[in-house]
Amino acid sequence: MATKVVMEALSPTMEEGRLVEWKKQEGEPVTVGDVLAEVETDKAVMELVARAGGTLLKHIVEAGATVPVSEPVAVIGEPGEDGSGAAGQREGGAERQRAGKPQTQPARSQATQPAPDRDQPTSMPPAPPAQAVIETSDATRPSPGPAKTATPPGAGSRVRASPLAKRMAAERGVDLSALAGSGPEGRIIARDLAGVAEASSTGVTPAPLPRRPTAPLTPYTDVPLTQIRKTIARRLAQSIGPIPTFYLTSEVDMERLWDSREALTAGQRGSTEAGQQVKISFNDIIIKAVGMALRQHPACNAWWQEDHIRYWNEVHVSMAVAVEEGLITPVIRHADQKGLREIAAETRDLAGRARERRLKPEEYTGGTFSVSNLGMLDIDEFTAVINPPEAGILAVGRIVRKPVAEQEQVALRRRMRITMSCDHRVIDGATGAQFLQTLKGMLENPLALVW
Amino acid sequence: MAIITYRDALNQALREEMQRDDSVFLMGEEVGVYQGAYKVSRGLLDEFGPNRVVDTPITELGFAGVGVGAAMVGLRPVIEFMTWNFALLAVDQLVNSAAKMRYMSNGQVGVPAVFRGPGGAALQLAAQHSQAFESWYAHVPGLKVVMPATPADAKGLLKSAIRDDDPVVFIEGEMLYNLKGEVPEGEHIVPIGQADIKREGADVTLVCHSKSVSVTLKAAEQLAADGVNAEVVDLRTIRPLDRESVLSSVAKTHRCVVVEEGWPFAGIGAQVVDTIQREAFDELDAPILRVTGADVPMPYNKQLERAAKADPAKVVAAVNQVLYRE
Repeated sequence: MATKVVMEALSPTMEEGRLVEWKKQEGEPVTVGDVLAEVETDKAVMELVARAGGTLLKHIVEAGATVPVSEPVAVIGEPGEDGSGAAGQREGGAERQRAGKPQTQPARSQATQPAPDRDQPTSMPPAPPAQAVIETSDATRPSPGPAKTATPPGAGSRVRASPLAKRMAAERGVDLSALAGSGPEGRIIARDLAGVAEASSTGVTPAPLPRRPTAPLTPYTDVPLTQIRKTIARRLAQSIGPIPTFYLTSEVDMERLWDSREALTAGQRGSTEAGQQVKISFNDIIIKAVGMALRQHPACNAWWQEDHIRYWNEVHVSMAVAVEEGLITPVIRHADQKGLREIAAETRDLAGRARERRLKPEEYTGGTFSVSNLGMLDIDEFTAVINPPEAGILAVGRIVRKPVAEQEQVALRRRMRITMSCDHRVIDGATGAQFLQTLKGMLENPLALVW
Repeated sequence: MAIITYRDALNQALREEMQRDDSVFLMGEEVGVYQGAYKVSRGLLDEFGPNRVVDTPITELGFAGVGVGAAMVGLRPVIEFMTWNFALLAVDQLVNSAAKMRYMSNGQVGVPAVFRGPGGAALQLAAQHSQAFESWYAHVPGLKVVMPATPADAKGLLKSAIRDDDPVVFIEGEMLYNLKGEVPEGEHIVPIGQADIKREGADVTLVCHSKSVSVTLKAAEQLAADGVNAEVVDLRTIRPLDRESVLSSVAKTHRCVVVEEGWPFAGIGAQVVDTIQREAFDELDAPILRVTGADVPMPYNKQLERAAKADPAKVVAAVNQVLYRE
């Protein structure tokens, strides 16, 4: 009885596969477990394995063809049997695919074949060889499938997972086929995803956070809270207060920035328009750098909104200004996009009017991240209190010359300590640290600011 | 707040509604002189007289029909069935007359009647007298089905049922009549169609109604001792079903067990499960399980009867299964 071998979904997201190379030629005997062909999925090159024996009567598609999932690719039957009947049942789709693709997607040459160790193809997640689905009407054929109890997670293409686990995996960008399920028959359930890092294990990196978009921006993107995010929020808030804050401190070498600013201000002094120039402060540069670093780390440019997190696609840096009755935080809007002179003029204007209490409400609300600087008051370092709903604030200490190790010697260098307070419901330790790393890099290499 | 029995809570509701509205009257077997087979109508004959507390012959189809007719001409009858087992004889009046009248008269004639009495199994009353029929009536468009589990809900829901302009099947628990609880005096209304969270929890949702509420609460206590925090949702009204309450609980717990006294096939739980799997599929971390009465006529033998009923141990076992615990 001739049977069809069809393209199976070899990864959870696979919709079609490219048949890289036939490993069994027409007329060759086939036994259970033989590799029939290599198939390139959207993730890796995998093997199409026969689960029933006989003779490979016919290749329905040629090597190089791209075949939609569940379309037939070959016919297996008894020696001498005419496979054209079964082959003739294929749908038109495969035919079109075969006709349309060979020129543009030729079979790989031998030299570019994957590694000869078929059991461990390169760059593939730890999944067993894929198995071809055998459609047959021969009811007496013994089931070639592996025993249920022995089915490792990810065997075949069917990943058993509860609807909740699937949803959680989709939200976190986790590949379920890489997980072991602890439920009945290897079903992946919610607890199996506990502690699984986002976008783990597959090398595929879906973006759970919005990246810098190229299309026209909406001002922000609201992201519903995932289960893990809800739990983190609840547990940490319980532990520390309404805003579970943690602090990250980094020491920045300011020599280059110091020199750059000296050069800038010297240039200003020499300029004929000096009267109209605004002196650029370190704080202005820090605001600019924070804005640009936030652009690279949108995870820190966010608001906690109780039932969701608002990731801002615009960067508005709040600047803490001491006034007579306390402090106020005027906002430098689109700080990432503005030039230093523009920022300097704006901070001067805003700070001045803040002290005169002449700020309009819209000028001190709507920030997405704050900067507080006590360096001019000789503070080495400090921790600042988050300005909710913002999720982070940078506390800037003074620039001080101190001995540091430099190429096996002790040198005097200008250093500045910055401390970021993070709302742990929004920002995790590594996320905040990466932002701080970028910021430090920018301050230590001021050229980065003109990128 | 006074602590009274489920029986007296129903009596209070009847009395207050009959005082409030003289179109309300009570009719059924032994409701007058004998003051009710379960003493729900105690004192009502004395207070309201034989025109409003009417003893009938043993003719369920007949007096149910009289009730439908009275309701059609503007009265508000409360028809008592000695038990819902006996009401089988009156099903035609409920299904073909009461439920259909508003529809078939193009909205001109409603049937503001309450049909009430005890349902479910008591103890060793055998196959013909130990049956839970709520799914029969809930199946019929045009009927509302209400099943209070506590004295306070019994009072508040019976008042709502009497004031409702459409026929209400009001199924009491034969084993609940002696249950005591706090009941607000005077105007205490529980709206039809609202479930009630009888116990809050985060690990698993237990949906139940009527007598199975106490079974489920006992199971929840045992589970709590074992570190499992179950949420118990008392449907209170079977139809219209409070989908919102069930779904929001399942969205919180991701696991659900439905407990009911009746038979499994086409039971209330099947309807609840259908709703959850359609509306909250992505919330589920395990298949929903049901704990029901056994799919047999109720045995008379004491041990067999016990084995045939839903009990806390069966609920605990089902919960362990949906939580993937050993």
